[in-house]
Amino acid sequence: MSRYTVAVLVNNHFGVLNRVTSMFRRRQFNIRALTVSETETSALSRITVVFDGEETAKQQLINQLYKLPDVCSIKELSDDDSVSCELLLIKMKNDAKFRDDICSAADAFGAITVDYSKDYIMFRLTDTTRRIDDFINLMHDFTILEICRTGSVSLERGSTTIRQIINF
Amino acid sequence: MLLSGSDILVKTLIEQGCDTVFGYPGGQILNVYDSLYKYQNEINHILTAHEQGAAHAADGYARATGKVGVVISTSGPGATNLVTGIATAYLDSIPLVAICGNVPTTQIGTDSFQEIDITGVTLPITKHNYFVSDAADLADTIRAAFKLAKSGRPGPVLIDVPKDVQIAKCEYEVMPPVEKDEPFAAKDVRIKEAVGIINSAKRPFVYLGGGVITADAQDEVLALAEKIDAPIGCSLMGISAVPTDNPRFLGMQGMHGHYASSMSMHNADVIISLGVRFNDRVTGNRAKFATGAKIVHIDIDGSELNKTVNSVCGLRGDVKLTLQKLIPLLKKDTKSDWMAKVDSFREEENNYLDNREGLTPRRAILTLNKHLGENTAVCTDVGQHQMWSAQSLNFKTPRRFLSSGGLGTMGFGFGAAIGAAFGTKERSVLVTGDGSFGMNLNEMATAVRYNIPIVILIMDNGVLGMVRQWQTLFYNKHYSNTVLGHKTDFTALAKAFGADGESVTTPEELDAALDRAFNADGTYLIDCMIDKDEFVLPMLPPGGSIDDIITKLEVEP
Repeated sequence: MSRYTVAVLVNNHFGVLNRVTSMFRRRQFNIRALTVSETETSALSRITVVFDGEETAKQQLINQLYKLPDVCSIKELSDDDSVSCELLLIKMKNDAKFRDDICSAADAFGAITVDYSKDYIMFRLTDTTRRIDDFINLMHDFTILEICRTGSVSLERGSTTIRQIINF
Repeated sequence: MLLSGSDILVKTLIEQGCDTVFGYPGGQILNVYDSLYKYQNEINHILTAHEQGAAHAADGYARATGKVGVVISTSGPGATNLVTGIATAYLDSIPLVAICGNVPTTQIGTDSFQEIDITGVTLPITKHNYFVSDAADLADTIRAAFKLAKSGRPGPVLIDVPKDVQIAKCEYEVMPPVEKDEPFAAKDVRIKEAVGIINSAKRPFVYLGGGVITADAQDEVLALAEKIDAPIGCSLMGISAVPTDNPRFLGMQGMHGHYASSMSMHNADVIISLGVRFNDRVTGNRAKFATGAKIVHIDIDGSELNKTVNSVCGLRGDVKLTLQKLIPLLKKDTKSDWMAKVDSFREEENNYLDNREGLTPRRAILTLNKHLGENTAVCTDVGQHQMWSAQSLNFKTPRRFLSSGGLGTMGFGFGAAIGAAFGTKERSVLVTGDGSFGMNLNEMATAVRYNIPIVILIMDNGVLGMVRQWQTLFYNKHYSNTVLGHKTDFTALAKAFGADGESVTTPEELDAALDRAFNADGTYLIDCMIDKDEFVLPMLPPGGSIDDIITKLEVEP
């Protein structure tokens, strides 16, 4: 089992996300994370899918995506040739006994304190999925109140863009 | 010209070359029906008894003609009644455009009377669907739907049209019919790979499915088999693609396929698979399926390559165009050892053939064969009768065996037979069972209303035969809810609807009844009494392999 990141450019219509996720659901693809955003063109949205599975399942996922008329182009992104990151917000219990440990760990990861009260501390961290996983693992030693993370967004390195791909 | 949305809808259907539509009116599609009234000299609307029948009729029309079938319904229950029909077309890759009315856009999302989110409901059973919120988009949406339905791997497309969009006025200009996307051959590099594999084959097997009929590639398939000296087998959906009397043709393979066809496929070293998708009824236990064979797979839909079985060479492309490039590169060869082996499988199959006296299922189908014209479309429902038909019917022309292969829809056949009769402008045949017939027999009213020449042959055994067969073999003869015990007099029923019919108990009676049926003016029903414990053989048990094939069965009462 491997992890794959696939960027999908789709028409920016009402309900397109539903079409994509409905296909994932009915064919039981194991989606790890999914983000959607507008792009440089208002007519198009970009979906970044992080998927766990075998190579054949990944190929099947791409082939099935191609069959959706709202899908314009697809690019599989490798770690080497792309930049990926995600955003984490994490709310920790502000316990006097652990406050210094929590804050120095946050410091070490470059997490920013975005809110602070005598009851809780909220950090924001923008980093790779791996680093965010590591940070959360560390925080498990203390009391996590709440976590919210976005899932990965990815762009290919270099001046080429996904819109230039014609693979139909 | 300035027209209402409903006029534009009907005018665009006419513009796209659609001369016959099937459907059922209702509150939220009334405006479209008013426009159908207005343009009735240019487009023919067939009113069915139920929207499901209309969907199957549009599907049957499409299967028989290769054109896009069109079905129209109202919102809510009208739309949901289409669902089984749309799903049937989806699983068998049939080009269909379904048009539904809906409540006005201002009421959408408020759970209005007869409002249903039909684009949501049909999301997984359509190639694509559209909700039209502006009359200005209507004509282009219909054009896009036709293009999508028939392009690439065909399939159903649904268009949801709210009532206010049908009423709104808008400019309309006639456009030429849309062309399907230009078909393309597989890449040369893949074709080269395939040539290498096929040229080194010692025991090649040509395996075709519905994609060959869609691509109109029967000549190329026969030329391929001839050049490399290979036998031909098919999936259920491939039946009628090549003439059944072709000496290379072994018939359907798979769960209830011909012994020789399944055995040849299993013993092949290269399986050249054309427009098929290796569904579980075809492969049985995939781990034990054709283990010694390399699979060369040509399909227009890239997602079918390596989906359920791994092919050594997957070619994404139109079957016809790809074969046209491939065949000249193959070396002409004779494989007498292999063909002798195939013949030995055939001889063995002949030993298994059911030659009992009396009105056996096989004898009934063979008797029907004598009456079929070269152009007669035979439709089936689903169950034992479907398999007996698939095994023993004779065909000369493609698009003449219409059966729900993928979804396995009982109740498909009657609608399909209506659609096929309109499509071919000839008498069509429905082979059904008493179970399947019960599902949509209301379409008898449609058949009589339009005086459609349909021969209905009910294989009447008083049980749900296929389920019973499984209960006999795998469920300790617990005949749970499969004994119909009906007292229905199907002949009297036909007469009550205004058709004619009779009941038969011997092959001679059946022969004479078929004579009358094929000369009848309109629909004619034959209630063909068969035994409740007839089996469909051979049978590969579910999840089994060729080693588990059942060719003979003695079941004590």
